[in-house]
Amino acid sequence: MGTTASKLGKDLLSEYQSNPFRERICHVFSTSEDKDGSLTFEDFLDLLSAFSDSATLEIKSHYAFRIFDFDDDGTLDRGDLEKLVNCLTGETDDTRLTPEEMRQLISNILEESDIDKDGTVNLSEFQHVISRSPDFVSSFKIVL
Amino acid sequence: MEHSVSFSVNICEMDPDYENLGEDEPDEEPIFQDLRESAASTQRSPETLQMDIFRECTDSQSDGTPDTEQSDGTPDTEQPDGTPDTEQPDGTPDTEQPDGTPDTEQPDGTPDTEQRSSLQRHCWSAATQKVLSSMPSRTVGKSSTAVTSQHSSQLHQNQASPHGSAHSFRPVRDGLSKVDVKEISTEENKKERLVSSIRGLSLGEGIRKLRAMPLSLTDKMEIRRLAFSGIAGNTLLSRNIQCYSHLRAYILRMWRQCLFSCHIILSFLQLWHLPMKRLSGRFGTGVLSYFLFLQTLLHFNFLLLIITGLFVVFPQAINPPPLYDSHLNNLTGLELLMGTGYLSQSLMFYGYYTNTITKTCSTGESPVCKADRSQIVPYSMPAAYFLTIVIAFFITCIILVYSMSRSFGRSLQVLKSKGNLAVQVFCSWDFKVSKKSSVRLHCENISNRLKELLSETISGEDKKSCKQRLCRLIVRLLAWAACLASIFSGAIAVHHMSEAFIKRRSFSDTELLLLSAVVSGFNLLLPGFFNLCAWLEKRDSPNVRICVSIFRNLLLKVSIVGVLCYRWLWRIAGEPGHHGLKCWESFVGQELYRLLLIDFIFTVLYTFIGEFLWRLFSKRMLKRNRKPVFDIARNVLELIYGQTLTWLGLLFAPLLPAVQIIKLFVLFYMKKSSVMLNCQASRKPWRASQMSTLFIFILCFPSFLVAAVSVIYTFWKITPSSGCGPFRNLTTVFQSSKLLRQELEISHPALSWLTWLYSSLVENPLILFSTTGVFLMVIYFHNQV
Repeated sequence: MGTTASKLGKDLLSEYQSNPFRERICHVFSTSEDKDGSLTFEDFLDLLSAFSDSATLEIKSHYAFRIFDFDDDGTLDRGDLEKLVNCLTGETDDTRLTPEEMRQLISNILEESDIDKDGTVNLSEFQHVISRSPDFVSSFKIVL
Repeated sequence: MEHSVSFSVNICEMDPDYENLGEDEPDEEPIFQDLRESAASTQRSPETLQMDIFRECTDSQSDGTPDTEQSDGTPDTEQPDGTPDTEQPDGTPDTEQPDGTPDTEQPDGTPDTEQRSSLQRHCWSAATQKVLSSMPSRTVGKSSTAVTSQHSSQLHQNQASPHGSAHSFRPVRDGLSKVDVKEISTEENKKERLVSSIRGLSLGEGIRKLRAMPLSLTDKMEIRRLAFSGIAGNTLLSRNIQCYSHLRAYILRMWRQCLFSCHIILSFLQLWHLPMKRLSGRFGTGVLSYFLFLQTLLHFNFLLLIITGLFVVFPQAINPPPLYDSHLNNLTGLELLMGTGYLSQSLMFYGYYTNTITKTCSTGESPVCKADRSQIVPYSMPAAYFLTIVIAFFITCIILVYSMSRSFGRSLQVLKSKGNLAVQVFCSWDFKVSKKSSVRLHCENISNRLKELLSETISGEDKKSCKQRLCRLIVRLLAWAACLASIFSGAIAVHHMSEAFIKRRSFSDTELLLLSAVVSGFNLLLPGFFNLCAWLEKRDSPNVRICVSIFRNLLLKVSIVGVLCYRWLWRIAGEPGHHGLKCWESFVGQELYRLLLIDFIFTVLYTFIGEFLWRLFSKRMLKRNRKPVFDIARNVLELIYGQTLTWLGLLFAPLLPAVQIIKLFVLFYMKKSSVMLNCQASRKPWRASQMSTLFIFILCFPSFLVAAVSVIYTFWKITPSSGCGPFRNLTTVFQSSKLLRQELEISHPALSWLTWLYSSLVENPLILFSTTGVFLMVIYFHNQV
């Protein structure tokens, strides 16, 4: 893929993955100043380390939170949740949720996970939800 | 206001720790570690209480005015460390202030949420707010993760100042140079604090803690450099510590070099890495768990083979006994299947092994040998056989219990079937899936699941009429009755067939093959019948459906194994002369060998007919687009059944693990190609970690326990046959150990302490119980700590 001095651009990475979160992943792990989502070798190592088997639940939930936070404001609000659900359900028309379903889903999610009722899910609430699912650690994994 | 007062009182009663934390520094690590742990353990109660009270609180307010000043000022009341400046980026993680950034990006500026949040803040008293500020939702976020994430964001900010919001939770405010200077100094403080929190710990602890921090690699390397460079001091104590850490590093380095040079063994341990990656990329974690389980069983069998091979097979292979039936020298195909003929006199079965004590010389020259008795190294075959089997089972037991404890620790909720929408949305994406079509399928699955869950919550519980419920109950009872009847009739059929053959006293090839074929046939066909019953039952929850199906399959296998054990250990071993058998152990070993092989043949046939032909049939004839789904539960239970037979047969046929290894190897490639060609990913969610826990549990409890109990029973109660095997002319197998002790005492009096140790440890049941107790406690502590 290149030497340690080279950078992985976003366009190159999209060829390798059809993961709907690939752009967010690149953005979160990238430390480049151009904000173009390119990764240096160390960023790539960070990515693999966060997605590896030996990363703890804390690290994984922390990075998952940042990946799902589409507007980078530190909380998951309605807009973030809507984009997240759209990523999860895919591009085609018959898998997308209707606006009514989307609204219902997001209110349910906020009702279940928003503990302090401020309309957004912050990191600790997110971690609390994650801790209820034992499958998270095994699904938040990329194997090289 | 009464609500809030009562709320604070309740919380104070339940969580006395939280009160004191209001006054403390929010960045103190140890307290927050405890807090996090206690929060994790008492997570349910305070938060549900909170939610009730919040709802009451918001309901009690009829309307309210959005107060932007108040929302700016909220950091005041929520900061227990008393920094009143709202523009300070440190000390207050964003987790508390979703709307505290009024001038920069606020994606969610709906007046509703602001109004609601300001309403909430209005309705609480200062005392309540103080208590709230130390609640888990605010303070857990303040403990190590959020603090370190904040630090990481600030470290990055200061490394590249016009950095923007790529890494920070707080957007950078341009043009606030005064704040920048303050930021740098406070950032240094934060770094110092992180470093100092690690410096106090030992090397291993510190590294572990550093690894758990969600910082980037460069930050971690810098903190490690700062924290551990200070270890080398001038005092004698620190020099000793330095020596120790040098020695440890040296040993670790040597170990790693050894590992690199033994890459052949490592590549075997990482066998099938690429095929499994392809499978997980296409089918996800569920199907992968089957293949991982197969790999685990392969490792178990490999370990068993090494142990028995080194200590039992190899010594006997060097000193072959005289063959007593010379016309059985040729190996025919049918004999390979049946295990009779040439194979019955080979290393494969129990009958080949002698009860001699081979005396080999340590110097290698025979005249010297006979003169000097102390040079003779006796190798007692009976004792070796006995001890090898015991030690093999013991090691397997330890590994099983350890892996079970580890997987139990990971997945605590086993039967939770209520769909939780938030958990589904946040945790359901499987990042291992990489193929484009699989990603599309995964999206489709998630979408379907979300729609189903939504429709359930929208429409509420299905209101079934009494008649429908009664109908459903009757159908379920009928299904259960049918399944239990089929299991019972299967077991009875095998039992009667076995009894008929024993009464006739003839053990012809066809009859024996027929018995094995009937057993394997029941094992293959009845699970299909159970699937049909489950389809008729139409249960709502997929988890309950899977568990019911696993339970039925398990009951079938347990009853069949039970009937077979009765046949072998009670009827055949009880009166061996009655059946005209010279060597009943070899006979039992041959039966097990045959069962394994015929099971394998039937599995191959089923894979070909059941999966390949069914796919062609459903595509051409039924015109269905969907391929069949890989039935994970059924396949895993078949693996467990095969492994039970191997463990049962270890005593009677020491090379049986080799047969099982070959079988598993071929099975892997066969199942993999079948799955790739014929199946597609399931629509139902598969809770992988819970199912893996369940499978390891089933492997340990019914499966291994049955094998261990039957081996112990064989050793204790059953008389070995007098014509063959290493335990001939003994009343019980335990006597072989006494023989070894006597022999050792005669030839090597210096080793008498070993015999004393053996007699006091192994033959004393109290010691065994206490070691088991210690072992269980070690596992418990390892899990908890």
